[in-house]
Amino acid sequence: MSAKLLAQFDIQYPDFNLTVDLELAANGVTTLFGPSGSGKSTILRCIAGLERGENGYLKIVDEIWQDEKNNIFLSPHQRSLGYVFQEPRLFSHLSVQKNLEYGFKRTPISERNIDWDQVVEMLAIEHLLQRKPNRLSLGEQQRIAIGRALLASPKLLLMDEPLASLDLARKREVLPFIRKLHEELDIPVIYVSHSLQEVLQITDTLVLIKNGKTLATGSLTQLCSELELSQYLGDMSGSVIETMVAAHEEEFGLSRLIFNGAHLYVPQQSVEIGHTLRVHVLARNVGIALQKPQETTSILNIMSATVVEVYVSKINKHTVQVKLDVGVPLLACISRKSLHALMLEPGQQCYALIKAVSLAQEMTGV
Amino acid sequence: MDFGPVWLTLKLATITTFILLILCTPLAWWLAHSKSRWAGVVEAIVALPLVLPPTVLGFYLLIALGANGIIGGPWSELTGSALVFTFSGLVIASVLYSLPFVVQPLQNAFFSVGKKPLEVAWCLGASRLDAFITIILPLSLRGYITAAVLGFTHTMGEFGVVLMVGGSIPSETQVLSIAIYEQVEVLDYSTAHTLSAGLLVFTFVVLLIVYTLNRRYPSHVS
Repeated sequence: MSAKLLAQFDIQYPDFNLTVDLELAANGVTTLFGPSGSGKSTILRCIAGLERGENGYLKIVDEIWQDEKNNIFLSPHQRSLGYVFQEPRLFSHLSVQKNLEYGFKRTPISERNIDWDQVVEMLAIEHLLQRKPNRLSLGEQQRIAIGRALLASPKLLLMDEPLASLDLARKREVLPFIRKLHEELDIPVIYVSHSLQEVLQITDTLVLIKNGKTLATGSLTQLCSELELSQYLGDMSGSVIETMVAAHEEEFGLSRLIFNGAHLYVPQQSVEIGHTLRVHVLARNVGIALQKPQETTSILNIMSATVVEVYVSKINKHTVQVKLDVGVPLLACISRKSLHALMLEPGQQCYALIKAVSLAQEMTGV
Repeated sequence: MDFGPVWLTLKLATITTFILLILCTPLAWWLAHSKSRWAGVVEAIVALPLVLPPTVLGFYLLIALGANGIIGGPWSELTGSALVFTFSGLVIASVLYSLPFVVQPLQNAFFSVGKKPLEVAWCLGASRLDAFITIILPLSLRGYITAAVLGFTHTMGEFGVVLMVGGSIPSETQVLSIAIYEQVEVLDYSTAHTLSAGLLVFTFVVLLIVYTLNRRYPSHVS
């Protein structure tokens, strides 16, 4: 993977400082993840050229967009990018068609590499073209905003919490299109989110942001299983596991997923057998037993595990995080009292009891 | 009856409005979006003609436009003609006099449109000028119409400033309001009536059309 995206920004704002040094692969979806106010959106605005600091360097594959040391700064309209904002921001005086044409017409024909019909079909917006934006639902508006950004044939797509302004039903309406985008078009995407569920199925690279700084960069599965970083996710700490759909048990309404030889039952998914599915197992939904509970438990997902590490958090005095190995890393969050009773130590054999599996199902059940 | 003052007034109002719309666009944009502490100062200066007696404005303009004034001096060196008691001088005076009536509606329009649509347009490959013309102008259309109408009708109605810097030279500076005043002075009430009623009806009709349209077609900005 040689095509890279390099971004360095160092900007002082009255209330916080942004110090970012990113090196990302110029393909797939990179998610900037962090709490509100951590500077995620500002990073996108810097990449787009909407904000400018004294120090800054930005290189997209072989194009330098910003190099303050050599006085290079391309203004936003000179950068081949698509920007989808939190709110749809459609031009209210123009029809949907004209909105879509705005960037399309301003892209030289030789640089258009995205097909009008393909976008219209992928986003299912054909029937909306003649309408004015105020006649559309928010979900429809956001689909148009995505289409409008794509039709400018960007070399980089920036998405700033594109689902944030939508309710659950509308999220369900738009997210599949974002996933399709990922599958059908080869455009690198930088996605900003504060919801792990939202980006669970689409993220290739995760960048953790806090207080204007990048804490860590890596794959979703890797970062989520690091104990120290998992603290930072709070209630949402847990492992992400790549699985494959092995079978559907219709009579029980369950799907069986397999990974590394182990299997996991989850509520039935409308994903075809053989397809991959990421699951997010929250640490607080994982229990630990030293003996295998035979017929004495209602918990379906029990797997043998090895204790890898016990991590006592400085933040929470009453619970401890335990990293287990079940073929893949699995985090468990147990009480101090349990730790004391079980006397867990690295290398110890035990059983992981998974009480529930979060699939971000309400959003991925497409 | 002499219609000279009518045409002169319409000419003055048209030219003044045209100049103001061009001049005030960047000024109003800056005032709407600037975070500079000078914005408040500039805003206060722009609003001065709203509250100052026209005679005060007219007095200082008379000095500034005079042959030795800061505007009149360079002007007479460049063109060889004076500004005081000329149509050109009247245009300059009207531009200042009607400035707030054009700046404020534009400033409000730009403020409510905000910067967001502009950012979107930039990111879609439109240059600043392109984005302004294709996005900000149409979205601020109502502000422009209000500004133009207020600037135009306010210029038509000016009296004190004209009297100070323009006097009453037929077909040069004798505008409607001056003509009416002079008809009254010579006790020609019937001509004064005709001109006054004409100005009243015209101004009312223009304002009526604009305010009715504004009600019927709400602004694009939600």
